[in-house]
Amino acid sequence: MQNNLLGVLKEHENKLLAIWSQILLESGSGDGAMEEEESKEFASLFLNALAKSDDNDTHEFEKVQDLIVGISSSRGKRGFSPRENAQYLISFKEACSKILSELITDPATLYDANLKLNAILDDMTIMTFEAFMRGREDIISRQVDEISEISTPVITVWEGIVALPIIGTLDSSRTQVVMESLLQQIVDTGSSIAILDISGVPAVDSLVAQHLIKTVSATRLMGAECIISGIRPEIAQTVVHLGIDLSGITTKASLASALQTAFDMLQLAVVKRKKIVE
Amino acid sequence: MTTITNNKEESLIVREQDVVPLRNRVKEYGVKIGMSILNQTKLITATSELVRNLLKYGGGGKVIIESVSKGRENGVRVTFIDKGPGIADIELAMKDGYSTGKSLGLGLPGTKRLVNEFDIKSELGNGTTVTITKWKNG
Amino acid sequence: MERIPILKMGDFLLVTIQVDLYDQLAENLESDLINTISKHSSKGVLIDISAVSIIDSFMGRILGNIAVMSKILDAQTVVVGMQPAVAITLVELGLSLNGVLSALNVERGMDLLRSRMHTSDNEELEYDDDNE
Repeated sequence: MQNNLLGVLKEHENKLLAIWSQILLESGSGDGAMEEEESKEFASLFLNALAKSDDNDTHEFEKVQDLIVGISSSRGKRGFSPRENAQYLISFKEACSKILSELITDPATLYDANLKLNAILDDMTIMTFEAFMRGREDIISRQVDEISEISTPVITVWEGIVALPIIGTLDSSRTQVVMESLLQQIVDTGSSIAILDISGVPAVDSLVAQHLIKTVSATRLMGAECIISGIRPEIAQTVVHLGIDLSGITTKASLASALQTAFDMLQLAVVKRKKIVE
Repeated sequence: MTTITNNKEESLIVREQDVVPLRNRVKEYGVKIGMSILNQTKLITATSELVRNLLKYGGGGKVIIESVSKGRENGVRVTFIDKGPGIADIELAMKDGYSTGKSLGLGLPGTKRLVNEFDIKSELGNGTTVTITKWKNG
Repeated sequence: MERIPILKMGDFLLVTIQVDLYDQLAENLESDLINTISKHSSKGVLIDISAVSIIDSFMGRILGNIAVMSKILDAQTVVVGMQPAVAITLVELGLSLNGVLSALNVERGMDLLRSRMHTSDNEELEYDDDNE
């Protein structure tokens, strides 16, 4: 008994669960903070591990750790607050302490037991934090992927002409995605002209201009022509003030005039039909 | 954050014919971690540039391919080790347009632009070691 | 020694690169191609690189050389079918293959060569007129 101070908790599992949910409720954690099933599973797994050994190093605790990591990361994804997430284990520790103080009367032994309990549960609390953050980070990285996909729709505007409106700031990684999808679309559709519309790009600095020049060069290497449209007057001004040379690139003020240029290149003409009078 | 090596292999490069198999091995490492075609192409092109230097200036040498991870990011690292004459002025060699051999002088600086991490160490008379890393989402 | 086959199609030559290039192979292609142009007095060369997964500075330089050399022999070179990833990598590397014409596929490349031949024929005619 002496070397397994915390093993006794196993015998009071139900009481522990009751106290735990009570504390969680009092601490103001929202509804569903104490989910019966997963909490029961955690408590029983944890107490079993304790009964076998109260040393945190053994592999008995690995299962418990896996479980709590799983719980925290799913909580992170479901939008629980970090406070609620931390409160979960902290209140469990409080409940354990409460029961221990009822069971153990000798202050020295009680202190020892609490010390061990703290060591084990504090370690797990840190893990839950990491898992919680990872859960959130997964969401963020998935959203980043989604945003970059959503923001690069390549449109076939005419047979042989594709257009790509860029909305938002152009940075290196975004340019790479833009370039890749534009060039792939050129191959897939066999288009010989690509229009890159930058009306939705808030500012053009020398780096963005560099990226645009690179895109045009890559398009030409593949055997297609690239027109940049949607150049607002203030962008034309900054480009000149920054001393950026865009002379090798066909630039147009609007998508409409870019399309007109593309038609000219393909020797196409849009004509107004005469009204047929019956 | 520290970089961890998951998998590693070494090959000796002494002739030009060794280059194509090496490029394929590097590609396999890229495919294994799910690297995009574009990043694979950049990595293999960089490898191709550096292995040419290894053969031309270093008289052949050793190439180590590693699958590495740092935090949540996975990548491929390739190290080129030769025992050739070494580079006298690395800063000069890293400048755009500089070349001693018969090439365009795009070698080192161009290669650096293709990868995420580029490290070069050289000692006159003791050879050159170049390490490049390309991250999956880099 | 491995060699890349060169096909003669009338006034044009067609080279389809199906294997991964290494330096010696690329150098052989350069000399073979220039010799064949000279032998048949070809007017155009199509180099199909749609199956090539990488082009580094050396091979890029060879392509540039071929374009300039064939131009001297009065033949126009068109590189066709470059993969998007290869194009982006070349640009990032700082190589824009100036002087090399490119087209999306063999068919477009053929059209491009024909249109170039027409314009150069017209130029010659005009030149002759001036002489008379």
